[in-house]
Amino acid sequence: MSSKNIKTISNPKLKLEVLTQDDLKKIHEATLQIIEKVGVRFPSKRVLEIWEANGADVNYEKKIVRVKPRIIEDALKKAPPAYKLAARDPQQDLQLDGNHVHLGTDGCGVEVIDIDTGEKRTSCLQDVRDIARVADATEEVAFHWVPVSAQDRPAEARGLHEIKAVWENSTKHVQSESIYNVDEAKAAIEMAALIAGGKDKLRERPVLSLMQCTAPPLGHDGGSLDAALLAAEVGIPTGFMTMAACATTGPTTMAGNLAVGNAEVIAGTALLQLAYPGAPVFYAAAQTASDLRTGAYTGGGPEDFLFGAATNVLADFYNIPLSMGAFATGAKEPNWQAGLEGAMSSFMASVVMSDMLLGCGFLHGSRIWSYAEMLMDCEIFSIVHKMMAGIEVNDETLAMDVIAAVGPGGHFLAQKHTRNHMRELFMPKFMDRRPYSEWETKKDDARDWALAKARKTLKEHQPDPLDEKTGKEMERIIKSVEK
Amino acid sequence: MSEELYKEMAQCIIDGDSDIATQLAKKSIELKMHPLDTITKGFVVGVNYIGDQFGKGEAFLPELVMAGEAMKAAVAVLEPELIKLGEAREMMGRVVLATVEGDIHEIGKTLVGTMLSASGFEVVDLGVDQPADKIIGKALEINADIIGMSALLTTTMVRQREVIEELDKEGLRPRIKVMVGGAPITRDWVTKIKADGYSEDAIGAVKIAKELVGKTDQ
Repeated sequence: MSSKNIKTISNPKLKLEVLTQDDLKKIHEATLQIIEKVGVRFPSKRVLEIWEANGADVNYEKKIVRVKPRIIEDALKKAPPAYKLAARDPQQDLQLDGNHVHLGTDGCGVEVIDIDTGEKRTSCLQDVRDIARVADATEEVAFHWVPVSAQDRPAEARGLHEIKAVWENSTKHVQSESIYNVDEAKAAIEMAALIAGGKDKLRERPVLSLMQCTAPPLGHDGGSLDAALLAAEVGIPTGFMTMAACATTGPTTMAGNLAVGNAEVIAGTALLQLAYPGAPVFYAAAQTASDLRTGAYTGGGPEDFLFGAATNVLADFYNIPLSMGAFATGAKEPNWQAGLEGAMSSFMASVVMSDMLLGCGFLHGSRIWSYAEMLMDCEIFSIVHKMMAGIEVNDETLAMDVIAAVGPGGHFLAQKHTRNHMRELFMPKFMDRRPYSEWETKKDDARDWALAKARKTLKEHQPDPLDEKTGKEMERIIKSVEK
Repeated sequence: MSEELYKEMAQCIIDGDSDIATQLAKKSIELKMHPLDTITKGFVVGVNYIGDQFGKGEAFLPELVMAGEAMKAAVAVLEPELIKLGEAREMMGRVVLATVEGDIHEIGKTLVGTMLSASGFEVVDLGVDQPADKIIGKALEINADIIGMSALLTTTMVRQREVIEELDKEGLRPRIKVMVGGAPITRDWVTKIKADGYSEDAIGAVKIAKELVGKTDQ
């Protein structure tokens, strides 16, 4: 099943075995042992009470929960293996069923390379609108992660302004990582219900999904947990994302880092299933290695790429969809490093069929938004999309008749077979295949073309608007949260 | 005899071995060595060596942190002896560190604390989710030179400004300098909230802190 004007990877021809069954079993068992013996911190009274009611060993003072493996495993079995992310335009709903890889924008950035001036500046609400509109126009971006922080709006309602801005500028599904307290979550649910046609319709048409970051190692944020419970209650898909980083917030060795991140995610996921059995949940991860000189989050590098592939093995094992961090780069501008890291990470996460791929558009460890980077990332996704289709081998594609017709020494350009199949060859938007002399006169490249394309889109693309009444109603909800 | 021991002290810092650092510090007390000598001729030599290696790109952050932890372990044993003698280590300055209210992310801040104390600052780390009055109260209590605040979220970093505004209101600046950090913190933000210093990483934070107390590296 495909969605309108959206390019999604499905029916993959490529495979990769990054972990053996034995490796997987070891990581799973290590994870259960961590949750049972070391414990995970859940700093929320409500959550601690849920754990206690379900037989976990709860230390209220330290807010640490230790849980027997059976409780975790039984709870995880209640999670639905497949469901959909609904879009404002139902034709753009996305299936999370293990056979689709959907690209999203990256999220939570704090600065933007201004599309007009090229200068880096603090992100604002207008950026959220503009990015959503450009993303809406691309066929590669299947859903939105709220891309940057609307820092010109009050902190307590910022997350709400952001999702409204995306809905107003795109008909595609919206996911936010910036709604992490009870008040905002309640309001966001009300806002989503306006589009879905009622709170009771959200389970059927979840036009919003929420991502909550864990606090590695082995911790969660209280506000995030409470928000996640509210979302799970009404059937809004909810995921916990670990960003455990080798050598700082996780063990240096990759297996141990996977186990720590896994413990955070599956303990959180099990909690949601204990509270609301059958609630749609997803696994989310963006593990990385820390830079050994500064301790900084690197975003990118070979460890990232391997985590990208390995995490889906875990999510598949628990039979829940995965949202995987990809395209992360430490590069400061769209350059060799950005291209390399975007390509490797998106390929590795896609080849194992991660359901959601996050996300295009960022530089400098997911902090600085660049429109050029965004559209070049989209092209990388298109290349991966083409590669995942693999090589089709049958009579038509072996082309024996044409080979015989052309014979030794001829050419295939004038063959009908060529014309029939030529559009199957990948046509890049931003790769330079021009004659050298043409480049020599213009000296432009992918960055210029991608930026020009983004500018053109912003000028021309107008998605189906959100109806005025819904917008007004959303405004009222947001006002009620603002202090 | 003590030359040998000084070497061992430096070495255990280089190895990042807190247990041996504690043992050697205790041994120096039994041998009635002067605690200031023990620190400056023994342990600090190791800290300087690792710092030097780090500067050359030959040592990495975990080694620096472990050296810092080992140094802290040694000092914890020696400090009470110094106090008995009515002496004190010469400190670079006093720093109160905290992650701001509403925010529970602390690894960066903790790292800054370790690096600062390894570099001779006296550091009081209040931990996470700290409101302005707690941070300022502690700074006044210990007569701090610097307040260092961390935030990971754009929604909590606004608290950094609140602390600065409060300090200004109380007329506590420039007596108390303010350093800020955290993933979403940018130079623009630092200028906007009129913080005194900012660094993108822990090593840089030490340099800034030294500048703020007027003790820059030569």
